[in-house]
Amino acid sequence: MAVGPDSAEELQQYAHPERLVSTEWLANNLNTPGVVVVESDEDILLYDTGHIPGAVKIDWHTELNDPVVRDYLDGEQFAQLMSRKGISRDDTVVFYGDKSNWWATYALWVFSLFDHPDVRILNGGRDKWIAEGRELTKEGPSPAPTDYPVIERDDSTLRAFKEDVLKHLGKPLVDVRSPEEYSGERTHMPAYPEEGALRGGHIPTAASVPWALAANEDGTFKSLAELQKIYRDDHGITGDEPVIAYCRIGERSSHTWFVLRHLMGIENVRNYDGSWTEWGSAVRVPIVHGSEPGEAPARS
Amino acid sequence: MSEVDTLSPGLPQALAEIREDFLALSISDRLQMLLEFSESLPEVPDGIVPDDAWEQVVECQSPVFIHVDTDEDIPVIYATAPQEAPTTRGFASILVQGLSGLDRQAILAVPGDFPQSLGLNEAVSFLRLRGMSGMLSRIQRQVAEAA
Repeated sequence: MAVGPDSAEELQQYAHPERLVSTEWLANNLNTPGVVVVESDEDILLYDTGHIPGAVKIDWHTELNDPVVRDYLDGEQFAQLMSRKGISRDDTVVFYGDKSNWWATYALWVFSLFDHPDVRILNGGRDKWIAEGRELTKEGPSPAPTDYPVIERDDSTLRAFKEDVLKHLGKPLVDVRSPEEYSGERTHMPAYPEEGALRGGHIPTAASVPWALAANEDGTFKSLAELQKIYRDDHGITGDEPVIAYCRIGERSSHTWFVLRHLMGIENVRNYDGSWTEWGSAVRVPIVHGSEPGEAPARS
Repeated sequence: MSEVDTLSPGLPQALAEIREDFLALSISDRLQMLLEFSESLPEVPDGIVPDDAWEQVVECQSPVFIHVDTDEDIPVIYATAPQEAPTTRGFASILVQGLSGLDRQAILAVPGDFPQSLGLNEAVSFLRLRGMSGMLSRIQRQVAEAA
């Protein structure tokens, strides 16, 4: 790693404490060479109203997605994005954002598809930084372009496709959407725009564990003991078997993916980014309606 | 009677000018202009809109509420959205300012695709623009119901 990890005591309980930094650590490392801070929010203008000094903005929708195909950037496009944002391959990238780091973990997950080595989350995100009265600026950085290598995206390790999920049925699946979306009463988040799934419900056998259960009021992650209670004790996600998480378009489930993979240390966790907008519109895939997980369909 | 836009009949002058201003800018400057709109969303004075009169725009990602006061010939549009939701505030501000002073017929005549015509698709994505369409259609519905 380019820069040493945050040794704050509260982080040491997690499986991979080096994936988190505290607000204090970040405040002390804003000018450390090799540290790049990335803000990723749901609201595309929030960064522009004031952001952590030196932070660059990466928008999940307009910058991480291919503009035409429903897919992420390819290796060439990612290298160009990194160059524009002034990020080098050996930089420590610290992500933060609004809404308990929901979008920050999404950006981190996409960076992980390109295996960017040192990616970290600011525990508590934007809200905690502001609540502590720390410095914000409207001054946009002008990073010097970097020479980021073209790394092909690896979709086989952290990402699941619909076909993978079909083969996975019977093994642990986590549906991180709201209970109303899970049961099929509605196909999108309460008060959120409809994103076009034609059917409501959930993937058979999926456990309903809304993503925000993993976050405290102040946006930080819950303690390891609390997380183990929620995922392992209450829902049987022990890590003995591979896990797939999904939501509506793969953003909320990135938060859960981060929790399972980096905080609880489960090796094999994938995010199904097609999620309900794909599954709920696909032809002849099994769906369960109601609040029970349901049975995996018999193999043909 | 407002002048009509030759490209889009029914678009009142103020909205046509807002659109021209957006389209004249680069993509990143369009975002800056949207931010300026968000900062100039008129505050709604306390007590002027009864609590139960606010209608939530559920198409938006953030809690935004609108109310159209239709007691007079010229409807008055009110909107509130949190500071943490500048994009949504910007959309609301464009509509509140662009529809200000128009009579019912003029408000109802605004084409439903106005939000998509501002050149913001690339800048903010079509998903987010749906919120603005939701606001416009709810404003028009409230005006139509009062007619």
